[in-house]
Amino acid sequence: MAMARNKMRTILTMLGIIIGVASVIAMLAIGQGSKKSIQDQISSMGTNMLMIRPNSDAPGGVRLDASSMQNLTIKDLEAIQQQCPNVALVSPLVSGRGQTIYASKNWPTSIQGVGTNFLEIRKMSIKDGIMFSEQDVATAAKVCVLGKTVIENLFADGDSPIGKTIRFKNIPFKVIGTLAEKGENTFGQDQDDIILTPYTTIQKRVLAITYIQNIFASAIDEKSSDIALKEITAALRQSHKLKDSQEDDFSVRTQAELISTFSSITQMLTILLAAIASISLLVGGIGIMNIMFVSVTERTREIGLRMAIGGREIDIMFQFLIEAVMISIAGGIIGVALGITTSYALASILGWPITITSLSIILSFLVCFITGVFFGWYPARKASYLDPIEALRYE
Amino acid sequence: MEQAIIHIENLKRNFTVGSETVRALKGVSFDVKEGEFLTIMGASGSGKTTMLNILGCLDRPTDGKYLLDNVSIASLSKNELARLRNHKIGFVFQSFNLLPRTSALENVELPLLYNSKISSKERKSRAIAALEAVGLADRMGHTPNQLSGGQQQRVAIARALVNDPVMLLADEATGNLDSKTSYEILALFQELNQKGKTIVFVTHEPDIASLSKRTITLRDGHIIKDIIIDNPKSAKWYLENLPVNDDEI
Ligand SMILES: Nc1ncnc2c1ncn2[C@@H]1O[C@H](COP(=O)(O)OP(=O)(O)OP(=O)(O)O)[C@@H](O)[C@H]1O
Ligand SMILES: [Mg+2]
Repeated sequence: MAMARNKMRTILTMLGIIIGVASVIAMLAIGQGSKKSIQDQISSMGTNMLMIRPNSDAPGGVRLDASSMQNLTIKDLEAIQQQCPNVALVSPLVSGRGQTIYASKNWPTSIQGVGTNFLEIRKMSIKDGIMFSEQDVATAAKVCVLGKTVIENLFADGDSPIGKTIRFKNIPFKVIGTLAEKGENTFGQDQDDIILTPYTTIQKRVLAITYIQNIFASAIDEKSSDIALKEITAALRQSHKLKDSQEDDFSVRTQAELISTFSSITQMLTILLAAIASISLLVGGIGIMNIMFVSVTERTREIGLRMAIGGREIDIMFQFLIEAVMISIAGGIIGVALGITTSYALASILGWPITITSLSIILSFLVCFITGVFFGWYPARKASYLDPIEALRYE
Repeated sequence: MEQAIIHIENLKRNFTVGSETVRALKGVSFDVKEGEFLTIMGASGSGKTTMLNILGCLDRPTDGKYLLDNVSIASLSKNELARLRNHKIGFVFQSFNLLPRTSALENVELPLLYNSKISSKERKSRAIAALEAVGLADRMGHTPNQLSGGQQQRVAIARALVNDPVMLLADEATGNLDSKTSYEILALFQELNQKGKTIVFVTHEPDIASLSKRTITLRDGHIIKDIIIDNPKSAKWYLENLPVNDDEI
């Protein structure tokens, strides 16, 4: 074939397609990868989780800091527990930041006062020791459960924290358990930098408050989160005695909502990246068209001869069309290989999450085929329209 | 076997260049019977190539009748003409027109690629047979730039023969060759003609014409002479009696 006779030129022509396809594959891999990792992380926090907080957009337009809003109480929690059949578990959350001290070491962290259900709502679990009990909550016991980061920063290697007493804002807390590792979340926050205690302990002994800052709840299953959201809203409006004309003084967000927000952002990013990459594919296609025109002109006599010995217009047309498609498909194969290699290189060097879908590979080949046909069409038609006598005489 | 392969009646061909009309053929009539070896002579511009292009179904007459194997060309579509060229006609050109960087065998196989009825196995065996017929059995894998002009023309003749056409058309097929090689090519044509192939051969050289069985001479788009050569010389005889120093030139 003529392609093989002009190896260098064919490879250079393919280069546009190769780069185009490789970047499309790599961009999609990165886009899909980050989308998937965000989704995984969000759902590892519990896909049926709901978060309730006081609404910072207070009526009258005065914006207050959310934690200074004091309208969520344990009564609201009870209202949710009683009135919402689609809510499985609820837990309050009050938290404070401060220095934790053990022996000569100290570590600035946040201490979170929660209910006993919190672990299950957040899909967390105890590694060693035990979780505090309802009894501990009722008595505002000074007990705590530590995350891995806190342990690493307060205790020497191999030193078991269980049974030890740490101090937070000078209040002694007895460590009764440790949490299984969770790693960083989507936003780069260390989810293991955490101390859990009964919320009553924080309310009474640390912050001296009676309200609660947030309520965490879980729907009975993922599909029920929307209904649970409606039920919670209704229960809280009733509990807060809001009139129909008044806006909610709290907000409820579901995890599903968060996932879809992030999905649509990463989706947009993926489309943008792929769009940029497809421009190079377009440039590659124009390269093919250019080289096909050169090829048709160079081989005018060959075309004349082929017609003289019985080649029909359609035969000549197909010859050049197939050549264009073969250049672009061959470029596509190399491009896909290069794109996959690049993606894995990025994944291992920069630690980016990547996902290569078979769809993106199939799509690339399809686009290559279409590019070949589209940009090969005009030169091929030009070839087939040549007059054999003229073509044979061409110098 | 005195059947007419070509029947031409009052054939005309006009070319329009800008506002002018060039009348390349002004009403030509003749028949070619099966097994004939016809040469067409004439000065430059007399219409020889125009005539041959029409005979080869590459071009259509402006006016007049052309029957090839009893089929009227005027009524055929482009695709039907292509099929006709593929099945019934073998072309030999002055400049060989072989595909570069392509082996002799592949060059000869080329016409059969456009005949879907022929399998790749048959294609190859027929191409080999055609190359053997022109005496190039040992050169099948060579590309055109590895062959001499005479050998390239033999490959081209093999290509013209491979689909077993009813006639061979040659336009100054020896125009690019020296006289010795020209006689060798003519010897091949004579041999093919002896085996029954009909040949129409356009040439400038009277020496070449004298080796055919009949010569038509054109001038300004008219036939001015149509002579039968009763006992044409054999090209082999010329080869054997070539002046010795002619080799040196
Ligand atoms: N495509 C064309 N357009 C216009 N005029 C043409 C065309 N083809 C041929 N002619 C004219 O027709 C006449 C005959 O040309 P043709 O090529 O048949 O001559 P020829 O006998 O083959 O000459 P030569 O011996 O030089 O090859 C010439 O006057 C030429 O200018
Ligand atoms: Mg001519």
